[in-house]
Amino acid sequence: MTVVLINGERRELPRRATVEAAVRAAGVEEQGRGVAVAVDGEVVPRGQWPDTRLREGQQVEVLHAVQGG
Amino acid sequence: MNGVGLEIAGRSFDSRLIMGTGGFRNLEVMAEALETSGADMATVAMRRVDPAARGSILEVLEEAGVFALPNTAGCFTARDAVTTARLAREALATDWVKLEVIGDDRTLLPEPADLLEAAETLVADGFTVLPYTNDDPVLARRLEDAGCAAVMPLGSPIGSGQGLLNPYNLRLIRERAAVPVILDAGVGTASDAALAMEMGCDGVLLASSVSRAQDPPAMARAMRLAVEAGFEAHRAGRIPRRLYAEPSSPTEGLPELTWPPS
Repeated sequence: MTVVLINGERRELPRRATVEAAVRAAGVEEQGRGVAVAVDGEVVPRGQWPDTRLREGQQVEVLHAVQGG
Repeated sequence: MNGVGLEIAGRSFDSRLIMGTGGFRNLEVMAEALETSGADMATVAMRRVDPAARGSILEVLEEAGVFALPNTAGCFTARDAVTTARLAREALATDWVKLEVIGDDRTLLPEPADLLEAAETLVADGFTVLPYTNDDPVLARRLEDAGCAAVMPLGSPIGSGQGLLNPYNLRLIRERAAVPVILDAGVGTASDAALAMEMGCDGVLLASSVSRAQDPPAMARAMRLAVEAGFEAHRAGRIPRRLYAEPSSPTEGLPELTWPPS
């Protein structure tokens, strides 16, 4: 089990879970179009989601565009 | 439109009105207001995904043929703004960004040092940077020198609806800038937008004055007309202000109507 923060919430993911899994856990479906991810403040490009493994305690932010400005 | 559209960094827009999308009751009202505004560019913010949220703003903008310009609203440091811009580039597949770095949460005025730092970083990273800036001619020049594709000075604080508080500074910015100058923030009603355009601004970016109006689609139309009217008036060239009246009817050929003659 790996415990990470996804959008500020403590979540338990399987050990060695990927960013891809974290994106699904955040509630994003399918290909995650219009979504971007930062792990510990660094952008993880979409192409690296399936290969980027999460470590205990990492902070995952899963963002998309909303009304604003 | 022939020669009346807005060009930024080699990209043409039909409308000189850029809409913010914040503050609308829902996406339906927003879509209706976008249509009456005639805008073909609108800002969006980057926030955490909410699985319970209904509808996608990107789909609405795409259907309307409106270019989605991501902003960095809510960032208080250069670092956060740069990261947000990079996230927006990932999510929206655009290297355009409306750069906002806020320095004070009561006035929402820009943080000048971090704004310039973030602009330099993003320009070096290949972004087309449109900075929301103070109405400071020196900072505007520094941002242009840093490679920003436009400068977007505020008329007054975001959402305050106070109009153009320092027309003199805006005029200085307009006189010196070689990039488009877009009035961003502070517009309360249509005359504010018209005034900015009459002063020679290349465009107006506004949100609250439309989204929080009692009838947003009607106000959006008013803003469209105001921006067009102000632009045409500026192009047409106004008359000078005079202290005394100047008759508009001929003074020659006036009959003598007093009888008997004195």
